[in-house]
Amino acid sequence: MFDGDDIRVWIMARAGSWRAIVNNVAALRSQRQATVDEALNAVEAYRGLARDLATARRVVPNSRTTAGLESLYRQIHTLISRRPQGGWETIRSALCLDIPKVTRELRVPILSMALLMGVSALAGWWLIATFPTLIGMFASEDMIEHVEQGHLWTEGLINVVPSSMLSIGILANNITVSVMAFCAGIFLGLGTLYLIAMNGLMLGASFAFVHQHGLACALFEFIIAHGPVELSVICIAGASGVALGESIIRPTGLSRRDSFQACAHRIGPLLLLCAGLLIGCGLIEGFISPDPGFPMASRVTIGAAYWLIMWSLLTGRLFVKRIAE
Amino acid sequence: MSEQQLRVQSLTGVDLTLKIAGPGTRSYAFVIDWHIRLLLACVWLLVAAVAQVKITWRTHDGLISVLPAAIIYFLYHPVVEVMTRGQTPGKRMAGVRILGRDGGQPSTTALLLRNVFRLIDSLPATYLVGLTTCFLTRQRVRLGDIAAGTLLVLDNAAAEASLLRIELLAANSKLSLDALELIDQVLERWDSLESANRARVARSLLSRLDPKEDAANLAHLSDAKLRDMLQAHLGSDAAVNHV
Repeated sequence: MFDGDDIRVWIMARAGSWRAIVNNVAALRSQRQATVDEALNAVEAYRGLARDLATARRVVPNSRTTAGLESLYRQIHTLISRRPQGGWETIRSALCLDIPKVTRELRVPILSMALLMGVSALAGWWLIATFPTLIGMFASEDMIEHVEQGHLWTEGLINVVPSSMLSIGILANNITVSVMAFCAGIFLGLGTLYLIAMNGLMLGASFAFVHQHGLACALFEFIIAHGPVELSVICIAGASGVALGESIIRPTGLSRRDSFQACAHRIGPLLLLCAGLLIGCGLIEGFISPDPGFPMASRVTIGAAYWLIMWSLLTGRLFVKRIAE
Repeated sequence: MSEQQLRVQSLTGVDLTLKIAGPGTRSYAFVIDWHIRLLLACVWLLVAAVAQVKITWRTHDGLISVLPAAIIYFLYHPVVEVMTRGQTPGKRMAGVRILGRDGGQPSTTALLLRNVFRLIDSLPATYLVGLTTCFLTRQRVRLGDIAAGTLLVLDNAAAEASLLRIELLAANSKLSLDALELIDQVLERWDSLESANRARVARSLLSRLDPKEDAANLAHLSDAKLRDMLQAHLGSDAAVNHV
């Protein structure tokens, strides 16, 4: 058993080593990389500190000494388990391996989301074609007024708002919608299904409405450059959200929480790529789509080329080929 | 509310104890960060205005005035959390930091994920979903933390200072460790305690440390004298820090 004097002797004997560890931890925390020797010293200090902490918990529980050792032990534990700085290699690995893998896994949900969006769009079209007065549910009064006067609401947009600001507004909105479609998956996937169905319904309703006023071709011309990627990304985000919901309903890990967490981590890089693609969509929608100077052929080319780039990124073909070479 | 703790197994066999921050500390850190990002965004707008950049929608000038301010305001949390590995200035001031559930440093993906889920946590307003989840979960986490596998833990930097100080105390005094730490804490908080309360605590401590001390005599001692007597028990070198 330890008595008062033993504890004093023990503290005096170990205090020097604690002081050294406090200084080492402060130094290691401030530097991004450590040498092998520094890392080995930290591991050795970690072991020593574990022994001291176990002793302190037994002989002086609830003391400031034990609290100090707990704090130091936690800090050195965090330092030792620090992940290496991946940098470009991490991004490369995500593009070559992680994203293509998760895209393959989500193939069926992506197609299902595309189908849901297509069916919802048809339903929206039918709804407005049958009951034209219901367009007020899907479009603002401004938009309806524009179309009834024979103009698309997108006409002259760049005369009102500069392209740069327009792009920022659009890409911020698109990213919010996509991220929301993913996050809404937490409500057992139902939130995602609702968002995708509503987007499809609005798309179909808008097309039916402009078709009634002979402007369907103009709207198609407006969206063809950015639409394919934008709609695809929304479907991918929706599929990710559904997978998130499924991970809660049918957990694959130890618990629903673990399963949800693992699914979110697996899908994370794909979502980041989607955000990047939506930035591109926003730029096209702000600078190219509303500009009447771009003929239909160039819009189709841009739309198709951008979609192919997206497909190559999702399947990993763009980078895997280069690595093989 | 009692302090929440999480025990994490480590390679050494000695469990790691993480003190989990509650909704109050979490909100406190958020409010500080919110003020910082609002202030930074406003400063940028002010700088742009002073530089006579017109903030109008009809010119391209909005791009260099409104856009950076919006970026500062909306991307503050993800960018600063990734750069500082989970300790924004607000969290630092509130004495908390983000850690993984294994006690390790969170990855960039984890930090970005917990920020992506702010969209849901902030619904319908004022982070109601996030706060409700914090109150309902055992580890006081919001949905973003559940998705990312992170925790907000108390980061007690002062604890290490006391660890260094205990060596000095143990070398200069023959008192037991409990008594030393108690006297040290009382002296440390001396100025923040009410005069009557600290005198009562000091008398109680002194009578226990030296049972021969006359209680009536102690009752007549002044505040400064009581403090001096406590400092004398710590030894001359250790007491210097409290003068």
